[in-house]
Amino acid sequence: MLRDEDRIYTNLYGFEPWSLKAAKARGDWDGTKAILAKGRDAIVGEMKTAGLRGRGGAGFSAGLKWSFMPKGEGPLPHYLVVNADEGEPGTCKDRDILRFEPHKLVEGCLIAAFAIGAHAAYIYVRGEYYNETKVLQAAIDEAYAAKLLGPNACGSGWAMDVYIHRGMGAYICGEESALIQSLEGKKGQPRSKPPFPAGVGVWGCPTTVNNVETIADVPTILRRGADWFVGLGPENNNGTKVFCISGHVETPCNVEEEMGIPLKELIEKHAGGVRGGWDNLLAVIPGGCSTPMIPKDVCDDVKMDFDSLRNVRSGLGTAAVIVMDKSTDLVAAITRLARFYMHESCGQCTPCREGTGWLWRTMARMEKGDATVEEIDQLLEVTRQIEGHTICALGDAAAWPIQGLFRHFRPEVEKRIAARRADAKSRVA
Amino acid sequence: MPKLTIDGLEVDVPAGTSVLQAAEQLGIEIPRFCYHDRLPVAANCRMCLVEIEKMPKPVASCAMPAGEGMVVKTQSPAALQARKDVMELLLINHPLDCPICDQGGECDLQDQAVAYGKDRGRYTEEKRAVVEKDMGPLIKTAMTRCIHCTRCVRFLTEIAGVPELGMVNRGEHAEITTYVGKALTSELSGNLVDLCPVGALTSAPYAYTARPWELKKTESIDVLDAVGCAIRIDARGNQVMRVLPRLNEDVNEEWLGDKSRHAIDGLAKRRLDTPFVRRNGRLEEASWNEAFAVIQDKLGGLPGSAVAAIAGDLADAESMFALKLLMDSLGSPHRDCRQDGAALDPAVSASYRFNTTIAGIEQADALLIVGSNPRIEAPVLNARIRKRFLKGGFAVAHIGVAADLTYPAQHLGDGVDTFQAVVDGAHPFFEVLKAAERPMIVLGMGALCRDDGARILGAARYLADKVGLVKDGWNGFNVLQTAAARVAGLDLGFVPGQGGLDTRGILAAARAGDIGAVWLLGADQIETNSLDQAFVVYQGHHGDVGAQVADVVLPGAAYTEKSGTYLNTEGRAQRAARAVFPPGEAREDWKILRAVSEVLGKPLPFDSLEALRALMAEGCASFAGIDKVVPGVWGDFGENGALNPALGPLGSAVSNYYMTDPISRASPTMARCTLEIGGNAKARTGTDG
Repeated sequence: MLRDEDRIYTNLYGFEPWSLKAAKARGDWDGTKAILAKGRDAIVGEMKTAGLRGRGGAGFSAGLKWSFMPKGEGPLPHYLVVNADEGEPGTCKDRDILRFEPHKLVEGCLIAAFAIGAHAAYIYVRGEYYNETKVLQAAIDEAYAAKLLGPNACGSGWAMDVYIHRGMGAYICGEESALIQSLEGKKGQPRSKPPFPAGVGVWGCPTTVNNVETIADVPTILRRGADWFVGLGPENNNGTKVFCISGHVETPCNVEEEMGIPLKELIEKHAGGVRGGWDNLLAVIPGGCSTPMIPKDVCDDVKMDFDSLRNVRSGLGTAAVIVMDKSTDLVAAITRLARFYMHESCGQCTPCREGTGWLWRTMARMEKGDATVEEIDQLLEVTRQIEGHTICALGDAAAWPIQGLFRHFRPEVEKRIAARRADAKSRVA
Repeated sequence: MPKLTIDGLEVDVPAGTSVLQAAEQLGIEIPRFCYHDRLPVAANCRMCLVEIEKMPKPVASCAMPAGEGMVVKTQSPAALQARKDVMELLLINHPLDCPICDQGGECDLQDQAVAYGKDRGRYTEEKRAVVEKDMGPLIKTAMTRCIHCTRCVRFLTEIAGVPELGMVNRGEHAEITTYVGKALTSELSGNLVDLCPVGALTSAPYAYTARPWELKKTESIDVLDAVGCAIRIDARGNQVMRVLPRLNEDVNEEWLGDKSRHAIDGLAKRRLDTPFVRRNGRLEEASWNEAFAVIQDKLGGLPGSAVAAIAGDLADAESMFALKLLMDSLGSPHRDCRQDGAALDPAVSASYRFNTTIAGIEQADALLIVGSNPRIEAPVLNARIRKRFLKGGFAVAHIGVAADLTYPAQHLGDGVDTFQAVVDGAHPFFEVLKAAERPMIVLGMGALCRDDGARILGAARYLADKVGLVKDGWNGFNVLQTAAARVAGLDLGFVPGQGGLDTRGILAAARAGDIGAVWLLGADQIETNSLDQAFVVYQGHHGDVGAQVADVVLPGAAYTEKSGTYLNTEGRAQRAARAVFPPGEAREDWKILRAVSEVLGKPLPFDSLEALRALMAEGCASFAGIDKVVPGVWGDFGENGALNPALGPLGSAVSNYYMTDPISRASPTMARCTLEIGGNAKARTGTDG
């Protein structure tokens, strides 16, 4: 269990004010000038050593991503874009950072922007986060007033501006290239890669897109040093992570924990345990709705980090743990997710546009048992027809939950189909 | 120059080439729907997926730049499977109504479904239906068939510069629609039908009329503007069913204007299909011999100086050449191919051509348009200007009545005083032209058809020297013609001979009674009232205003019905081919003139089209090579003198794009376009129609 002194987010629950004064008291904006004075390469190097993996879901090394940006200042400006379009169902960690720890994010923006040679950062906040946006804007204003941002941010000589852009609530705009499109005022549709944003991003300029939590982690890591961060969590899965525990637990919560904490410990220590006890657990979706579910026997001893979860054919994703006890109709739950993906597909590329509707319609029948056993295989085939064939990862995200369901609970669905058939037969007879 | 291996074959390609293009260089075709080599890449159909070694997922080859050492497999089991997967998904919501779809037989989806589709569907849920969109009189929609490739959106936005289509909604509910639910206003909208890989956008006038395999295809040239787009005429029996663009990188790339494409229903209306002779004030049907007898009677007694000829805008070079020889043999110097009275100087061939050439526009870096609206005078050429604009570093300015040219053009003013200011160097755009490496000026008929047209031409000539429009390897002086016959007529010398009168003079002399007979070779846009006194022979194919004042009507052939040579505005000699036969008693025009010469006892010195062409090429180098531009000769031209602002603003010679000539004026489709798109729609009352 994470020791209190190793916590990055000491005000995750909002017990203290978010204001600059309170944030400074918690250690934010402490020695920022000195951090910047180390220079761009040193910061990127330190981040690479720290091995901070992106907290938005994909888990790509933040330091490495920064190092893809062109060196020096070219003819085009660089941009930092912070992805605060937190839309993954089950995930609500960025929200608490925005409203209770905004200064961690703002300070992180300055350092990260400096490290990639950007003088401007855009924070793309999910439209529904209205109050959070107000808090964040107030925090930015405070930072400007205190000369922590502006033409000479923190007295470092680096000019820095931070802007907020409010999204309109489309899930797909959390995908980095769709977010860039949306930021440019276009329809939020992912762009095909390459070119990657580090080459051609916002308004065609080199851009780095990072998650809120990733950026908010940065100042603490640089203050306490990469070694401290590496010391936490298993190898290659360093540091701490904010977990969002929801579903059938006694006390749903956000909690910052060390990477690699056993799932059971996470749930029992912080969320009051599964409703009705651990043995009442049916399955867990470990990383937001696009990661495949894992059944109880896997949950018993799986550790919560990128690699451990990948080894059980799931993923850490955004670390949004959705707990489902034995009262859950898993087929109905996954059907609901299938409908979500159908609704949120941008419609640009064929497999996702056409396939997500097919998935949902088939799942909706399976929920009632109105299907054949052969259709299960057909359904899985359709998920594979979508997976990996699309411009962005939404296609994969639509396919995985269904694959996860059938990987572990296929007999349940078959039973339901058989029951319905038997029922229909008995009515005819 | 990355070197990559595709299906075991190595290829070197320039950096930035996509894998799909690299494969094409090797002759390997990767199926695609959304990719089009003239449009921005969208990569949304996912049909062009290929396997690339060391990449975890199949890759869309249209959007993946070729990289050094890439090993691409387009035919591997994984690649083929990926395409089959995508094909099934494309088809689940497609109505599969090929038997009643006009795209049938020339449909990309149909063809590729044969290669990658299954023989039965697994999708048993309800299919999606999409409401049809009203895109105006030229495009028929069946949006349920749409596969969302967005070619149409990208074409209108990028090439046509009229962003009137877009995709609304998300996911399954995504639809292509006009933004405001009204007709498209682009003059290039017909190309959407060609671009649409499925039957979602089909040609409305052609709907349900023919199947592609029933049609006889003839490669020809369009003459409804002076660009000379390459076309393919599809005919069934003796009827032209449709016109499609052909590839010609030098002229139209692969685009075609709506008028050129859709005015063809005018070819079946108001046709002159038999000779007519005026008896007792009425035109009555007659035989060729009767018509010839009247001509012999009337012309035989007149001195050459009392006979004149005017050629219209659609005349082919052969018939103008024959008519010129006929007039020569009658001793008449009075002839003109400029029925609009344009101040074009036949003595200097570079003075009336688009010397930069259409493809040359792409090299220009500054452009001044004077008295022209290329968007409606030559939409395909205008698309080339837009293409140049999109590359950036191109200053465009426009003097004339303000218009949306589809690219931002600095509007300097609408009168000759503004032009004079530029010519004098008093206007800042003078410096822009002067500083440009390859400056261009485009003079339109709106400037040259004015009474001070010759002075405008002279001022432009003066400007050419001042800013260096003409230099080694570059001629930036351009006249944008609007008539397909014009450059050939000028090159052939179908202009007043020694002591001869031009169009204006001929009409005045006819009014005064000095000219007793006028031969109109398809000339309709003249003041026909002046011809009341004279004996008028109208040789042409449509019963337009020219035929109405005629005393003898000789039915000729339209451009789809004869083999004829045309010089486009660049001076490029191109040959139209016969796709169908002229209707009824109508004949090819050179044959009519040859027969008349026989009747008049002055037989022309050729008996075949080949002999005529040989003779024509002898006298004029422009006709020596087909599809070639013989550069015009530069010299002095135009008049000096003050321009006359009192003549009003510099307009365009074309007021309604959809109706500029006898064919398009006879076309019901063009009439609908005029009404619905041309902004001429009036509130209809119950008594209309």
